[in-house]
Parts: sequence; structure tokens; C-alpha cells
Amino acid sequence: MEMMVVNSGFPLLSVLIFFPVAGALILLLVSRSRETLIKWLALGVSIMNFALSIPLFINFNKATHLMQFVERHEWIPSWNIMYFLGIDGISILFILLSALVTILCVLISWNSIKTKVKEFFISILLVEGAMIGVFCSLDFFLFYIFWEAMLIPMYLLIGVWGGPNRVYAAMKFFLYTLVGSVLMLVGIIVLYLYSGRTFNILELATKVYPYQMQFWLFWAFFAAFAVKVPMFPVHTWLPDAHTEAPTAGSVILAAILIKMGAYGFLRFSLPLLPEASKAMTPVMLTLSVIAIIYGGVICLAQSDLKRLIAYSSVSHMGFVTLGIFALNTQGMEGGILQMINHGIITGGLFLGVGAIYDRTHTRQISDYGGVASVMPVYSTIFIVFTLASIGLPSTNGFIGEFMILLGGFARSQWAGVLAATGIIIGAGYMLWLYQRVFFMETSQKVAGLSDIDAREIIALMPMVILIFWIGIYPNTFLGFMHESVRHLIERVNTGSVHGTTIAQNVLEIMK
Amino acid sequence: MNYYLLIPFLPLAAFIINILFGRSVLKENAHWVSILAVAGSWVVAVATLMDVISGKTLNQNLYTWIVSGSFKVSVGFLIDQLTAVMLIVVTTCSTLIHIYSVGYMHGDKGYYRFFSYLSLFTFCMLMLVMANNFLQLYFGWEGVGLCSYFLIGYYFDKKSASDAGKKAFIVNRFGDFGFGLGIIMIFITFGTVYYEPVFNQAGSFAANTVNFLGYDVNLITLIALLLFCGSIGKSAQLPLHVWLPDAMEGPTPVSALIHAATMVTAGVFLVARCNAIFSLSETALMVVALTGAITSLFAATIGLVQNDLKRIIAYSTISQLGYMFLACGVGGYTAGVFHLYTHAFFKALLFLCAGSVMHAMGGELDIQKMGGLKKYMPVTYGTMFLASLSIAGVPGLAGFFSKDEILWLAYSGPSPVGKLVWLIGTVVAFLTAFYSFRLIFLTFHGKFRGTHEQEHHLHESPKTMTITLMLLCIGAVSAGWVGIPALIGDAVGLENWISEFMRPVLGHPEGHGTHAEEWMVMAISIAAGFAGIGLAYFLYLRRTDIPARLSEQFSWVHRILFNKYYVDELYSLILIRPTIWSAKNILIGITDAKVIEAIVNGVPNAIGSFSRQLRKVQTGLLQHYAMIMATGVLIIVALMLLR
Repeated sequence: MEMMVVNSGFPLLSVLIFFPVAGALILLLVSRSRETLIKWLALGVSIMNFALSIPLFINFNKATHLMQFVERHEWIPSWNIMYFLGIDGISILFILLSALVTILCVLISWNSIKTKVKEFFISILLVEGAMIGVFCSLDFFLFYIFWEAMLIPMYLLIGVWGGPNRVYAAMKFFLYTLVGSVLMLVGIIVLYLYSGRTFNILELATKVYPYQMQFWLFWAFFAAFAVKVPMFPVHTWLPDAHTEAPTAGSVILAAILIKMGAYGFLRFSLPLLPEASKAMTPVMLTLSVIAIIYGGVICLAQSDLKRLIAYSSVSHMGFVTLGIFALNTQGMEGGILQMINHGIITGGLFLGVGAIYDRTHTRQISDYGGVASVMPVYSTIFIVFTLASIGLPSTNGFIGEFMILLGGFARSQWAGVLAATGIIIGAGYMLWLYQRVFFMETSQKVAGLSDIDAREIIALMPMVILIFWIGIYPNTFLGFMHESVRHLIERVNTGSVHGTTIAQNVLEIMK
Repeated sequence: MNYYLLIPFLPLAAFIINILFGRSVLKENAHWVSILAVAGSWVVAVATLMDVISGKTLNQNLYTWIVSGSFKVSVGFLIDQLTAVMLIVVTTCSTLIHIYSVGYMHGDKGYYRFFSYLSLFTFCMLMLVMANNFLQLYFGWEGVGLCSYFLIGYYFDKKSASDAGKKAFIVNRFGDFGFGLGIIMIFITFGTVYYEPVFNQAGSFAANTVNFLGYDVNLITLIALLLFCGSIGKSAQLPLHVWLPDAMEGPTPVSALIHAATMVTAGVFLVARCNAIFSLSETALMVVALTGAITSLFAATIGLVQNDLKRIIAYSTISQLGYMFLACGVGGYTAGVFHLYTHAFFKALLFLCAGSVMHAMGGELDIQKMGGLKKYMPVTYGTMFLASLSIAGVPGLAGFFSKDEILWLAYSGPSPVGKLVWLIGTVVAFLTAFYSFRLIFLTFHGKFRGTHEQEHHLHESPKTMTITLMLLCIGAVSAGWVGIPALIGDAVGLENWISEFMRPVLGHPEGHGTHAEEWMVMAISIAAGFAGIGLAYFLYLRRTDIPARLSEQFSWVHRILFNKYYVDELYSLILIRPTIWSAKNILIGITDAKVIEAIVNGVPNAIGSFSRQLRKVQTGLLQHYAMIMATGVLIIVALMLLR
């Protein structure tokens, strides 16, 4: 019988979490007047951390659903809390993406952050550490700490370096997510007490809980995860947060932070509460479809660049939750891939918007026009993001959306058909956006702008490359998921298949 | 036979080179890369055709594209008789139009961009026709749509051009909505999206019904109609035809290549490729035939009164595409593809001639402001005249053979709507001849009606353009000779080669009629063609006062036709405006702002006011606290005692 390997060799995951934190501490010691040094240090730390994450990509064993790179140590024995890290096919890609996105955020903020430069880059690095922590925690208590920890630097990013209405947006973001998290905390404590005092997620996933309890826990978790996704109707913090956040903040929000909600469903709701998850599928599919259409249609009436992209996230994340709750292979793998895709595409869109915002200092779409005439390189890169966003084949967006529609349609015809209208609406608002910004006569604010420079091209190119990589050869990435997804679906559909195997595994480890 | 890979990938390489180095390095030499690549594709395509003629077909996967659970699809290629014919059509037209563009686009500031898009388009179109599975077909399908979007909006600083490009893409997405669901239904039904197993197994599902969104429908009919949605969009059939006339905003070579010869025929190709599915459903075939017939009549009537040179030809294209669907719908897939092939030549030629006229007229498109051009541009005139004879169905020319075959199959075939669509087709043949020659006569004959300045400028186009016109003209005249109907062929000892060639893929329905009937159908269609030409001659060269009087007398008819039956206005009224209105006023104005935000902001507000009330409890007076504490203790004790 295969077994989870624990604490063997180099504690890579811990390093990935705490290296950026250490970097932030070093930044703290640098004099605030030495801004160039601070920037280069931040860039160096983020690049180094990405380089450190490459072994995950290379050494990951795709043939098993078991947790890998596992680290497990006693932490607070009296409460049976452990420092327990590990990744599987569902979480690995998010760690890689987090590490990559941090680099791009540092690059794109190079010249646009003018005040409190030191604190800004410290916040970015702290966010990185917490994000990676969220994706590798296997102890619920530890998870909750990272989950909450990332709120603080994120709150600062929006509230300190944001736009004119930043305080309102930051507060809204904070309260929204906090209220959800508190309910999740209640859920965690209930699970802890019921299961005989353990926070071990793998162990919790082997237990069978009464349906009534699952039902209430599902909604307690829902409160936390749905807000983060964000699902309709708890999405209204997102447009405000995105619009007011500085570019790097928007990118982190779009690329990683809102993925944590969907990740939460995959890591907790489905394996811990399989019966309730199955029973709630109609509700979840309905909310997903509403998000797709509602988020899409509302984009057609936006006049603010970042707000439009923010609402498009609501629509695209609707696809993600639709795929996950289709509860079949294509839907779920499509959903996970689409989470990565959305991170790449919307991250790219926000990076792109940031690049031009630095030049024009306006987010109003009507101030733009004719950018393609003055910034041809930038326009070419931006059209790639636009096309990926509307799911053109050969881009990553197509692969994800197609798999989700396939899975969604197989689960519920209505959900599949209604969600497919999203591809029409998506083409509508994205091409309309592109037309108003890039085509037609050159507007006053745009005339004479310089095309993007080498730094900006370097910040945008990884996203372009990934868009085509996943679009043309998605198997590199899908390959990571197959085993974990298969195992998760079995767990959901049968409630406990393989549960015994894991239980034995866990017991083995306990000895 | 692996050299077939060069066919799509040469143009792709040209695209990559041009998009990366065109702006800074190649500049006005950008065309060389693209032309060499596409000409190379053409050479390989001809070699491939020879292979297929000698009996070699191929179905091969290149690499696995997507794997997820039981879903698996590759990038792969199927080269059979249908593909071979399409390859020749695409590479031939593409090569000639690339060459023509050298002259036409000379000096344009986006020269390299134009050629990169053309190469990308050629790549996507070739991937589309060479696919061996539905998902790759969809890849090519969306890819050509994207290039169409880029090229329609090529002059992107013009609002009308960027509007038209966007419109084309979005309208096509409506069709692709159905097409995509069709592919999903195929996977759910057959467990695969590869052509071969799907077409082989289709028969065994012919009698299955399936519940679709609450309705019990025949499974195969459902799949066929969903796929046909894609065709309706791409081939600009009713009710999704609205994008094609606007697509004329693009440079004229684009109109010729994408919006006449190749991309818009992809819908016909799809139906022909899936003939194994369509043939199983009488309902689906009937829908195809009627959609085609009605569209062809509808577009032809609009074409009668338009004055925009390119839009007349665009409506003519919609109408002729309808003809091809009409053919497929009566089971004559071969005839449909045959017409696709002849149409590619004469319609591309018509557009390129129009481009040549625009070149001379300084971009003028209104045929009412032209006239008498034939003495200035003899080559353009001669080739356009022949192309018009061909589309009008004058015997011996390409259009005649394919049109005759379609009408005969409609008349004699087994389709229950055959006679009806034959009648419509014959009327359309008459209308087509009429508007085509109305265009010829108004443009090239009579007196010049433009400005003096324009008249001074009139000149024949440069060699790269006129030579292309003459080469295409050879096709417009002779392309039909590979499909001489048996009726004549038997007499002179020639076989209907193209029908025989494609029989393994498309089958070939036999008409059930006597020789006498066949002669009659042919005679009627010839007569309709000549009558149309004759009427145009009479109205626009002899009694030039009549058209104006007619349009006055029947002003409401003229108004409806001139405004294209107000379809655009209808869509704006029932779809576009209500959607945007409700987005602004309901979603943003009410749901987000009043409902959700009210709750979100309401809860903290409520807590705030609650705590303001609560604050009053904190009076700071010790005796108050003591009293509250005592009460509390009392309650707790009471509760414990009562347990």
C-alpha cells in the first residue's frame, strides 16, 4: 500500500512560506531612503522564491493523490494542533502561480508606487508568504491563521496605496471577508470537537458526519468561501476593492486571493462534507450560472476599466464554481484549470491596465481610444489577454471553459446551456472594451504615449507564454490534477471510498 | 505523406515571422514571407490532391491536446477527398489574393500587419478543413473568425470598421453557442469527438430520443441542428446574416478571400463533413434546405436595390451560400461543395474586380456615381463581365454547372421540400443574373457620373492586380468543367468527375426524373439567367427612366429592401438596447446598488445604531452596574435551580 512520505529531506514548503517573510524582515532593516535597493531586494526575494518553487513542479509525483512534500511537527500539543504542510495535485499549481505573480507585481509596481515604498514591498512579500501558507496547510488551525494573516497586508495594500475611495473599499473588503471567516471558524471548532479534537484535515476527511451537521457546516464554510470567490450575491466588495487597489493589489486579488474561496470548496467542503455538497449542488449551480450571466451583463454597462474587469471576474469565477460543483472529472479539472487560467488572464489584464494607468492616470474608458495607433506592442499583448478572456481556442481560457461547459452540461443541461450564454456576453463586453480603448480615433489623453518598455514587457510576457502554453498543451498542467481529482470525486460520490486507506495512512503516521 | 503538415504550418510560420519582425525589419517586404509560405502550401496541397486521387487518404493524430477523464482529443489531420478539394480552393484563392494584395495594399502603414493576418487566416482555415475531430474544427472555426475580426477592423481608427469587426465576432458567437453545445452533445452521445467513430456510429442512434431542456427530441436531429447553428453564423444565413454586409468595411482582398471564397463557406463545409449525421435526420435536412432557400431569396431581393458596389456582392454571397445549403438540404452535398468550389473563383474574382474599380475611383463605392468605366479599365471590365456571366449561370461557365446540378437535385431528389426549394432557387437564379448585370451596366456602361477629378484619375490597376484577375478568371470560366452533368457528359464522352471523386465521402443521390425533365430544368434555369441579364440591360441601358419611376411607385417596397428588411434595427430594439438598459438600470441601479449594497451597508449600520443604544447602558454609575450584576447573578442562579 502506498503511503504518504513525511518530513523527508528539505522542508521546501516551509522555505517557500518563510523565505518571503524573512525577505520582508530584511527590508525592514533597510533605510527607507534607499528605494532602489528596496526594490531590487524585493525583486530578488520574489525571483528566488519562484526559483525555489521549481522543484515542486519537477519532482511532483503525478501518479498519486497522496499529499507530497509533507512536513509535520507538533506545535501546540495540548490542543492537538500541528504544523502540518503538504501539497497535492489541487494545490501545487496555485503555489507556483503565487510565486510567479509576486515577481510580476514587484515589477509592475517599480515606478508606480511613490509613497511608503518600503512598506509597500514588505506588504507584498508578506502576502506572498501567507498565500503560499494557505495553499499548503493541512492543519485547519494553521490554515485559518494563514487565511486571516493574509487579510492584513492585503487590507494595507488597498487602504494605503489605493485610489481616492480606498478606505471605504479596504474596510468593505476586510469586513466582508472577516464576517465569512468567523463563521468558518465556528465550523472549524465544531469539527474539532466532534471529531475527537483534531485539526488534521486529512483525518477529518476520513470521518463521516451526520447530514444535519454537514448541512450547517456547509453553509458556515460557504460564508467564508463564497465571499472570497466571490459568488453572487456576496460579490459587491470585489468591484470596489479592485477599482481602488493599486495595480499589484488588483493583480494579487484577481490572480490568487479570490482563488482561495474556490480552493476552500475543493479542500474542505467537498471532502469533509460530501453528502451536503452533493445535496447543495442545485443551489451552487444556480448561483454559479447567475454569477456568469449577471457578472457578464453588468460589464456591458461599465465605464471604468478596472471595474469592468472586476465584474468579469465574477462571471469567470462563476464558471469555476460551476465546474467544481458539476462533480465530474471534466468539470472539476476544468474548474481548477480555469482558476489558474483566470489568475493568468485577469492578472494579465490588471497588469496591462496598470501599465497604461501609470501613463494616463485615468480609469475612465471614455478617456481612451486609439491606443493601438500609439502603442502597438502593448496593444498586441493586451489583445492576447482579451482573447484568452473570451475563451478563444489556442488560449488557456478555451480549454477551461470548454471543459467546464462539458462537465456542467453533463451534470445539468440547463446549467450548461445558460452558462454557455456567458461566452457570447463575454465576447460582447471584452471586445467592446478593446474597441473603446484601443481602436477608433486617438484620444487626447492617449496621443503621444510611449509604448511599454522592457520592464513592462518582462512583467507581461510570462502571462502571454502561459496563455498559449496551456491553450496548446494543457496536459502539462492537467496532468498534475488527474489523480487528486479522481480521488476527490470518489470521495464525494461514495462518501468514504478510500477513506479507510487514508485513515490507515494517518494511523501509520501517528505511530 | 507527412509533408501534408507543411500545408497549415508554412502559413503559421509566416505569421509568426511577420508579427515578430514585420514592423521593425521586414516592413514593405513583409509580403514575401507570406506569399512564399502560402504558395508553398499550394504546391503541397496539389501534391496531396494527387495522392488522394491515387487513392491514398490519411487520418493521423499529431499530439494529444486535452485529456480529462474519459475525454480525450488530439490535434490531428484527416485528408480525404473533401479535404483535398477544400485545400485546393483555400490555397489557390489565398495565394492569388496574397499576390493581388501586394498591389492593392501598397504603401499602407499596416502593410506587415495585413500580411500577418492573411497568413494567420490561411493557417486557421487549413486547420479547419484538415481537422479529424470536432474540437480542432472548432479551433479553426474560431481562429478564422478572429482573423476576420482583425481584418474587418483593419482600418481600426475608423469607428465603422471597428464596429463591423466586433459585430462579426459577436454575431458569430451566437452561432458558436449552438455549435459548442452540439460538440458537447456529440461527446456525451458518442463518448468521443473524433469524426470517424462518430460518423460510423451515428446510424445506431438514429432512432434515439433525448430529453433536451424538458423537450423530447430526436437525438440526431438535435445534434445536427446544434451544429447547423454554427453554420448559420459563419455562413451568414438567416437570421445571423447581419454581420456579412458590414464586413465589407475590411480591405477588398479580405472580402474576396474571407468573406466570399473561403471562411464563409466553412458552414457549408461543416454540413458536408457531417453528412453522415445530417442524412439521418429528415427534419434537419429540411431545416437546412429551407434556411438556405429562404436566405438566398431574401439576400437576392436586398441585392436588387443596393448601390454600394461591395455590399451588392456581399448580398450576392449570402444568397449563393444559401444556394449551397439548399443543395446540402436536399441531400446533394456534392453539388453543394461543387458550388462552393466554383463560387470561390467567380466570387473572389468579382470582389477583386470591385477592388480594382475602387482603386481607380479613389475608394468610391456608390455605383450610381460610376458608369462607362469599361474603356478605362478593360481587363477589370472583361474579367468582371465573365465572372458575372458565370454567376448568372450562362452555359459553359463555372457557375452554370454547379447551379444546374443543385436545381436538378432539388427538383428530382427525395426531399419533401425539393420542388419548393427548386422553385425558389430558380427565382433566385433570375434575380442573381439581374442584380449582377445591374451592377455591370451601372458601373462599366453608359456615361461616367462621378466628379471630373475622379474621371481624370481613372486608370487600369497595376500588373500584380490585373494578372491575378486574369488567373482567377480562368477559374471562373473553367472550374465547372470537372463537373459536367451526365446528361451532357454522356453525349460528349465526359464524366462528372468531381461527383465521382467525392462519392466516397459525400455519397451521391440519384435524381429520379426523365431526361426530358432534366432538360426542362436546365432550360428553365438558363432562361431565368438570360431573362435577368436581359431585364437588367433593358432597365439600365435602354429605358433608364424606369428604375427611378418604379422605386417611386413602389416606394415602400424599395424602402424595405433598401433598408435590408430592418433586421439590424430589430435586433437593436429587441436585444441590444434592452440588455444594456437593464444592465445599467436594473443590475447596477437596483440589484447591486439598492438590494445587495443595502444589506451589506445596512448590517454594519444596524450594528452601529444598536451599539449606540447599548452605549447608554454604560452610565459610569457604580450603583447601576451593581444592580445589573445582581440581576444577572439572580437570573443565572434561577436558571440553575430550575434545571
